[in-house]
Amino acid sequence: MNRKMVFYMFGRIGQIAALLLLLPAVVAIIYGEYKQLWAFLITAALAVAAGTLISLVCRTKNKVIYAKEGFAIVTVAWICMSVVGALPFTLSGEIPSYIDAIFETVSGFTTTGASILRDVEAMSYSMLFWRSFTHWIGGMGVLVFVMAIVSNMTDRSIHLMRAEMPGPTVGKLVPRGRDTAKILYLIYIVMTFAQILMLWVGDMNLFESVIHTFGSAGTGGFGIKADSVASYSPYSQNVIATFMLLFGINFNLYFLLIIRRPKPVFRSTELWVYLGIVAASVAIITANIYPDQQSLADSLRLAYFQASSIITTSGFSTADFNLWPSLSKSILLLLMCFGGCAGSTAGGLKISRVVILFKQILRELKRMLHPRSVSSVKFEGKPLDDQTASSVAIYFAFYAIGIMAVFLVICFEPFGFETNLTAAITTFNNVGPGFGAVGPCGGFADYSGFSKIIFSFAMLLGRLEIFPLIIALSPSTWRKNR
Amino acid sequence: MKMIIVGCGKIGASIISSLVGEGNDVVAVDSSPSVIEEIGNVYDVMCVCGNGADTETLEEAGVSKADLFVAVTSSDELNMLACFVAERMGAKHTIARIRNPEYNDKSLDFLSKQLKLTVSLNPEWMSAKELFNILKMPAAVNIESFSGGNLEMVELRLKQQSLLDGLSLIELRRKYKAQYLICAVQRGDEVYIPDGNFVLKSGDKIGITASGSEIQKLFKMLGLDQKSAKSVMILGASRTAYYLAKRLLNSGNRVIVIDKDERVCRSFAEELPDAVVICGDGTQQELLLEEGLGSVDAFVALTGMDELNILISIFAVSQNVPKVISKVNRNELAIMADKLGLDCIVSPKRTISYVLARYARALNNSQSSNSIETLYKLMDESVEALEFNVSKDFKGLKTPLKDMRLKPNIIIAGIVRGRKAIIPGGMDEIQAGDRVVVIASGNQVIDLDDILE
Repeated sequence: MNRKMVFYMFGRIGQIAALLLLLPAVVAIIYGEYKQLWAFLITAALAVAAGTLISLVCRTKNKVIYAKEGFAIVTVAWICMSVVGALPFTLSGEIPSYIDAIFETVSGFTTTGASILRDVEAMSYSMLFWRSFTHWIGGMGVLVFVMAIVSNMTDRSIHLMRAEMPGPTVGKLVPRGRDTAKILYLIYIVMTFAQILMLWVGDMNLFESVIHTFGSAGTGGFGIKADSVASYSPYSQNVIATFMLLFGINFNLYFLLIIRRPKPVFRSTELWVYLGIVAASVAIITANIYPDQQSLADSLRLAYFQASSIITTSGFSTADFNLWPSLSKSILLLLMCFGGCAGSTAGGLKISRVVILFKQILRELKRMLHPRSVSSVKFEGKPLDDQTASSVAIYFAFYAIGIMAVFLVICFEPFGFETNLTAAITTFNNVGPGFGAVGPCGGFADYSGFSKIIFSFAMLLGRLEIFPLIIALSPSTWRKNR
Repeated sequence: MKMIIVGCGKIGASIISSLVGEGNDVVAVDSSPSVIEEIGNVYDVMCVCGNGADTETLEEAGVSKADLFVAVTSSDELNMLACFVAERMGAKHTIARIRNPEYNDKSLDFLSKQLKLTVSLNPEWMSAKELFNILKMPAAVNIESFSGGNLEMVELRLKQQSLLDGLSLIELRRKYKAQYLICAVQRGDEVYIPDGNFVLKSGDKIGITASGSEIQKLFKMLGLDQKSAKSVMILGASRTAYYLAKRLLNSGNRVIVIDKDERVCRSFAEELPDAVVICGDGTQQELLLEEGLGSVDAFVALTGMDELNILISIFAVSQNVPKVISKVNRNELAIMADKLGLDCIVSPKRTISYVLARYARALNNSQSSNSIETLYKLMDESVEALEFNVSKDFKGLKTPLKDMRLKPNIIIAGIVRGRKAIIPGGMDEIQAGDRVVVIASGNQVIDLDDILE
């Protein structure tokens, strides 16, 4: 274990965090919120001082990172970002409890969007901005951002990308890791600006457009109103719904489109399954909620928004789907678990894993019928190697165990079965709202401090896809002579 | 520069390492998923798994925009085919490894022309050439030649009680009058580009540039062995051994080749009837002694196993064989072998990666008029020796060297004008049309203008 390198990166992350905190500070200046400005500046100063100190002390010639170091760096970076990012909330007094602030920040960085705030509308502009900005950073990834701007990481940096990027396999777009990170961020930024512009020409002002764009770009879901985006015009709602779907698609496909190689895009199994699932759920939910709505157009709009918000694990809402018939609720619960495509900003199990799991199940059934049959599972036109197939199955097992464990640990909370279970599912999948007391109109404010920490942990597990966190937190990783 | 490497075995990996280190965008192609995954873990490259001659695979690797395409799979035929397809699909330069002796005769020219290869590589042949040069001058650890042999660069290990021990370079020049320049010194893990006050110690590895005849003169004055090896024992009847034995026999030396495999021995004996081919286990010391290890001038270990080569070479050193050379491909083992007292090591893998590095750099400086002719890496790859063709656009023309402001750790080690090698002093000037040898440590020199402040 190259501990020095891990801590060196830890220091660098501190510096990056300080840099990112300057943006909400600018917002605080614009809106004249000086108390908040100090909170951001003090935090940034602390982060830059600690970060510089650590990276100077731990400077090392040996910059080699293996898979183990990659996992450790990513985990340490995310925890560090959350701990630092929570400080301004507490320092400014807007979220007095530090544990609450941690929950809120983790929920931001992991693009969950679950909140402990009882009254969002009472928050200051700069804090709302910072809260949503964490979505934007966490969506594409902190380390990918570091890779894009820090030049001296070359060989073996794939381990960092692999540990942070969601999905069963991680490939590069171009030969260099750094260029790949730059391209990903470029696509991300262009799409972000496009959405801000499209919302701005609607009924939102610039601040609202930016906030909701951050929420949908990172597929997070922090809003600024108690009823999320229900009070905006149908135009804005449809723009948000569509962009959420777009951000839930594998970014590699956009790159292929840019370099004019559309063939693999149209042949992408994952993309078609993803769109198919969305279309089917929208159809079913529309039919299911139609009796309670005024018109077909209304129910279609509501179904489209909720389905795309939930499958991309954003968690914006335009209706209290808690009150919907249980068929619609069941479908939404299923979508929570599926999640978006691999290599996107969405959370959940990821469509590619779902597809691979189903194909494996079919193969296993076939093998039971014809014990001597030889067959291979194909995915995206290529035969799937056993390694990936089994790691997907193992991931699914861990995923199920993880949700169960979180559910069991918080079962003492007095909220009833539905609330607790969906709270576990919604945090683990980085969605945001669940059903019952944690539904779109509720929140996590009433949970105990202990449960909030457990939920924070669950959100990190879900965002980093379980393994990095487990590996980095097991003592044997850090032991010296291993 | 965008480069595609097909085949990620030993040679392929070392080429990738050197090209990535040069700052190129590299795409690696191999048909084995596990090999390609390992490459992707270790180097910052894009990986494509598939057959290197398949158009779909090549398209995925982006062959149409590739500046350099290198095929180094284990099969000559696949390499040729891959290069042919790549060239047709738009790769600008193609390099294929072709190592089968049957292709490496008259047919090579024809093949290269028809397949439009930029160059064909034959690592075994190149190593054999390197070995042959060292055997000609056994006192040296390594010999590289510039400008078609007009200027040579010799690496030398100073033995205990060397005449040079404790001399500064200025004293050295006064004492041994010849046209030479000590351009690099390795002491322990540190490498120095020495100035006149630098004091040599025994144990140092020094790099000397001079013309061939001046080196002979210098060696004579230093009392170093200058006779070429007359009888050579080679362990392992590999392809390298074949090329080496052929060269040695052609210049009238005695060659003993030992190999375990009877079939290999037989075909070797058929190809080179003048060589003494022994079929036996070369790891048996008794056999080596019986065949006259104690009386040969040089012993060369060329089996396919690095470890075996090192061990048998140590035995040969203990038997006081005057010159022992071992082939060691793996870098880390080469460093260990050096510490064990085997100072003369050749590595086909390394040789070929220098050639590729030079091509890559030549492509990178293709806008410049000072073209790179040769590139070697010395002293465990920490020092580079580059030969440039000087054009009339070079910024340092007509300036005496003493007035030229060079970057630190760079020296001009030699100028070749016409066929005459000049070891430059402060008053010499560089002229257009010269060839200049530059020694640089820790810098990347792509263009000749890069050496100036």
